[in-house]
Amino acid sequence: MRLLEYQGKELFAKAGIPVPKGRVTASVDEAVTIMREAPAPSVVKAQVLIGGRGKAGGIKFCSNAEDVKEPARAILGMRIANAQNPQGEVAKRVWIEQRLDIDKEMYLSITVDRASKRPIVIASSVGGMDIEEVAHTNPGAIVKRTIDPATGYWPYIGRSIAKEAAMPLGVMAQFSSILGKLYDLFFSAGALLLEINPLAITKDGKLIASDAKVEIDDNGLFRHPEFDAWKTAGEEDPLKARAVKAGLGENNYVGLSGDVGIIGNGAGLVMATLDAVTSAGGKPANFLDVGGGARADLMRDAVDIVTSNPNVKSLFINIFGGITRGDEVANGLVAALQGGSWSTDKLVIRLTGTNEKEGRAVLEQHGIAAVETMNEGARVAVDLAKK
Amino acid sequence: MSIYLNADNKVIVQGITGREGLYHANRMNAYGTKVAGGVTPGKGGQTVDGFAVFDTVSEAKAKTGATTSVIFVPPPFAADAILEAANAGIELVVCITEGIPVHDMLKAVAALPPGVRLVGPNCPGLVSPGQALVGIMPGHVFQPGAVGLVSRSGTLTYEIVDLLTRAGIGQSTCVGIGGDPIIGTVFTDCLRAFEKDEHTRAVVIVGEIGGTDEEDAAKLIATREFTKPAVAFIGGRSAPEGKRMGHAGAIVSGGTGTAQAKVEAFGAVNVPVADSPAQIPALVERILAKAGRA
Repeated sequence: MRLLEYQGKELFAKAGIPVPKGRVTASVDEAVTIMREAPAPSVVKAQVLIGGRGKAGGIKFCSNAEDVKEPARAILGMRIANAQNPQGEVAKRVWIEQRLDIDKEMYLSITVDRASKRPIVIASSVGGMDIEEVAHTNPGAIVKRTIDPATGYWPYIGRSIAKEAAMPLGVMAQFSSILGKLYDLFFSAGALLLEINPLAITKDGKLIASDAKVEIDDNGLFRHPEFDAWKTAGEEDPLKARAVKAGLGENNYVGLSGDVGIIGNGAGLVMATLDAVTSAGGKPANFLDVGGGARADLMRDAVDIVTSNPNVKSLFINIFGGITRGDEVANGLVAALQGGSWSTDKLVIRLTGTNEKEGRAVLEQHGIAAVETMNEGARVAVDLAKK
Repeated sequence: MSIYLNADNKVIVQGITGREGLYHANRMNAYGTKVAGGVTPGKGGQTVDGFAVFDTVSEAKAKTGATTSVIFVPPPFAADAILEAANAGIELVVCITEGIPVHDMLKAVAALPPGVRLVGPNCPGLVSPGQALVGIMPGHVFQPGAVGLVSRSGTLTYEIVDLLTRAGIGQSTCVGIGGDPIIGTVFTDCLRAFEKDEHTRAVVIVGEIGGTDEEDAAKLIATREFTKPAVAFIGGRSAPEGKRMGHAGAIVSGGTGTAQAKVEAFGAVNVPVADSPAQIPALVERILAKAGRA
């Protein structure tokens, strides 16, 4: 679960990490109230998860109750898109915070390093831009340090990172303290990513988190009922919400932009199915993993969810019958498809594994196209989508 | 023969009184695995389907001589179960549980005693065909032979093994290492083990987007620490950046973890990468024939 900036800053503030004073709102009227109560040079920031909001006009300035109206009106409801996500995301809220008098922008983050199996701190005295860009243009300016959870964080680690990153000596102690709080928050919130970019040094020499990018591990959310209220924030895909409601995991449904609906059992198999459809010249409309067992009730929900996407023109169900026999899987599929609204003319099923021939016979008896291989199924599904 | 697991491994099941635990205890037993009993705290002294239940792993190990444990414990308690097994002297800990918080695994891996092999979590387990099966894989698709397989996926593994078996290519050991970001055993661990196993003549590496485990495997080949012929497959070539594709670990982020980088890494060390699972048996036959001529 990714958090919006204002949610991340709330989390930072509770953890004792300095953030600018600010308030969030979803209305122009309230924006006016906020500025009337605290008139000061301020920034109005679109609350979206998508990157590139500044370039898209999602960050504007104001200083009083009058001049906040125009930026708040412009940003609320604004659709912000970028090259990776041309569909974009609508800004439903703005965060209005006091403008900082910034001397220097730096970078700090903690994330999970898979290779070392440890948390990794990434820091740079160059900030305010995409860290991948810094890595590309100025790799020497980035310091990476893994921390052994068995020994934990000690202030000297922060000091040595500050030194190595050539941060101004005057902020070394502050930096070390902020990193310690960030490290504790990483574990206490179950965060996959805590990123402060920019980590600003103000003209009066104070370090402050000018932005907050936070991703929480979905698997750890059961320990954090306090995040429940934020769960739907930023959620733009009602089909994913339905998949979760049907009992699938957060990652089991992924909406894509094509027209071939895809259902399979097992993440790796579904990924391979997407690749096969793409190789056959088609475009997947989604990723949907019903899980290892391919239960009939879940399958029915899965078919409903995938085919309620108006872009879907054909459906490809790819099942490997492992422990469950092919004929049982086929009977489940028939039950799942009967009474549904999806026409069997626009459907192809690939069923393999134990008793696969018996399984395919069951499907064919019910007028459902059954194929032997994944590549063949992909070709048929792509052809059906073009008809 | 095999890596990590053979016919002699005595296995206990943590979470044996649960639905999944008991179901798979019976399946493993039917495959021929030496299932010596199980553990459920508070249910020690009972017997379920003929399996003795113990309160602690220490007790189970002392009474049965088990050296291997397979974990079917719900996510909030699974990291604790891993460390209980590891600290009780279990040598091979296989964690099937999906959905363990990443931070639990960061702590558990950091606290793992040296010498303990953890496979998983979020994995289907491992099989040394004809000898033993630990986990949830469908035993009947496997056939004893000389090709090792290591995979981040479950059903895709069964699919590929099924294709190999149908082509008459048997397997030495198949290891499902799991789809989570933090896992105990990675590709390079398995490749080092397969290198030492004299019966394994070639290895199939089934990777996917996310992380750099495949690139690390390619490095091991470049440095000649792994010298046997290998074939790879990478799932998720058409996946968009920033989306988790089913597995918690299957995500391209910040330009790392792309399928393209992995395909290129294997290409650079002359490991053929199959475009689809269906091509794998023919590629395996080709590299085995080539190695035979050399």
